[in-house]
Amino acid sequence: MDDLALHIPTDVIDGPTSLGFALLAVLGVGWCTVAARRGLDERLVPLAGLATAFIFAAQMLNFPIAAGVSGHLLGGALAAALLGPWLGALCVTVVIAIQALLFADGAVTALGLNVVNMALIATFTASGVLALALKVLPRTRWGLGAAVFAAAIVSVVAASAGFVLQFWLGGEAVGQSLGAMTAAILGTHVLVGIGEAVITAGAVTAVAVARPDLVHALRGTPLARPATTLKDAA
Amino acid sequence: MNAVDGLHRPGDSPLHRLRPQVKIVGLVAFTCAIAATPREAVWAFGVHALLLAALFAVARVPAGWVLTRSLVESPFLVLALAFPFMVEGPAVHLGVLTVSEPGLWAGWNLLAKATLGVWAALLLAATTPVAGVLAGLSRLRFPEILLQITAFAIRYAHLTVAEVTQMRLARLARGDDPRFLWQAGALARSLGTVFIRSFERGERVWQAMAARGYTGRLPLEIGPAPASARQWTAAMAVPAAAAALAAWTAAAL
Repeated sequence: MDDLALHIPTDVIDGPTSLGFALLAVLGVGWCTVAARRGLDERLVPLAGLATAFIFAAQMLNFPIAAGVSGHLLGGALAAALLGPWLGALCVTVVIAIQALLFADGAVTALGLNVVNMALIATFTASGVLALALKVLPRTRWGLGAAVFAAAIVSVVAASAGFVLQFWLGGEAVGQSLGAMTAAILGTHVLVGIGEAVITAGAVTAVAVARPDLVHALRGTPLARPATTLKDAA
Repeated sequence: MNAVDGLHRPGDSPLHRLRPQVKIVGLVAFTCAIAATPREAVWAFGVHALLLAALFAVARVPAGWVLTRSLVESPFLVLALAFPFMVEGPAVHLGVLTVSEPGLWAGWNLLAKATLGVWAALLLAATTPVAGVLAGLSRLRFPEILLQITAFAIRYAHLTVAEVTQMRLARLARGDDPRFLWQAGALARSLGTVFIRSFERGERVWQAMAARGYTGRLPLEIGPAPASARQWTAAMAVPAAAAALAAWTAAAL
């Protein structure tokens, strides 16, 4: 359900727009590769490979939402919180490419559109929101959870806004007002984003409690011990 | 079939023997030709579909398999069916239904092009093993670093997915009854655990590689085989026919 309007098939968006976004995707992913390499040098391949395998597995966790409807994670915010924007965007890009070439999910001509929406826009907005929220919120379990929750919702809505932008640039005018369509797409994706946010926030706090050094968003500092440790003292 | 192996169906047809780089270029060319075909040329889409059906027959891929795998696009099919009712414009009467004409065309366009696009991609996925797709992309000068990450991801996705399944089974065995929103907490915590295990495995793999002299590049230079001119011409025949059809119908309208 999450990818309802996101794995774009053939010719929903016209040729010039698809080509433009493909170029944008190549530039963005190239930049991510350079930046991720600076942080990880020769560890990049094994770590990014395993992180991609993880996002792949996370997307396979289908959870029933209502009768007959099940959703899966987009993973942009999860990748941003755990791996940082550059490595995170790189991993989500690889997942999208695998899905297009090996599973026929999303057209090859729309690869650039899909990468820009789900890998670049989702991951970078999530990172931005996360960095801002962590400045304001306390560095506790709940603070981190709330920050990740907000980042996940914003990232899903931003990714769907990316689709709206592409549709505005190169979709066909179907007679409906663009405003109504925008409201419908953004509205449903707020709901989708809440599902994504619950899972992402839970997963990131679970990692932060066990291995805070692995949560990129915390930048190496562990969480403040919550007040419940009084119980341990007693 | 394991969800990580792609949709490859082992076989020995001419399409299976074709070099992967040729098939990837062919897929992109064919998809572009479909996208460029004007929607009003309804019969042209029938010809495109016949071309693909012939290729599926050559590759010995049963039609039932193709139809089941086409279900990935079903959310968009719903959208295509909704277009005739959503879009405003001059109305036409179809039996008891009154639908909008531009909406009907928009729905048909989406339905035809998305279905043909999925079929073309399925043809590549069915006749090419995962390693072949990667070798083909490498031959097409894709950045080596992305291909290496992809190869690692596919290799270890088996383990990671198995770990997720195992954890779910373990939860069920202990009396968990995953339903609706109540399972979100457990799901999220298992994801956190899987991430820690994946990352730790990545560090171990990297240490093992470093111990064997890895410095950021794989030392082996196994270049995938080049394709002959004959292979290129054979593979591009169908996309070329589709492109000619698209150009001809576009000019005729």
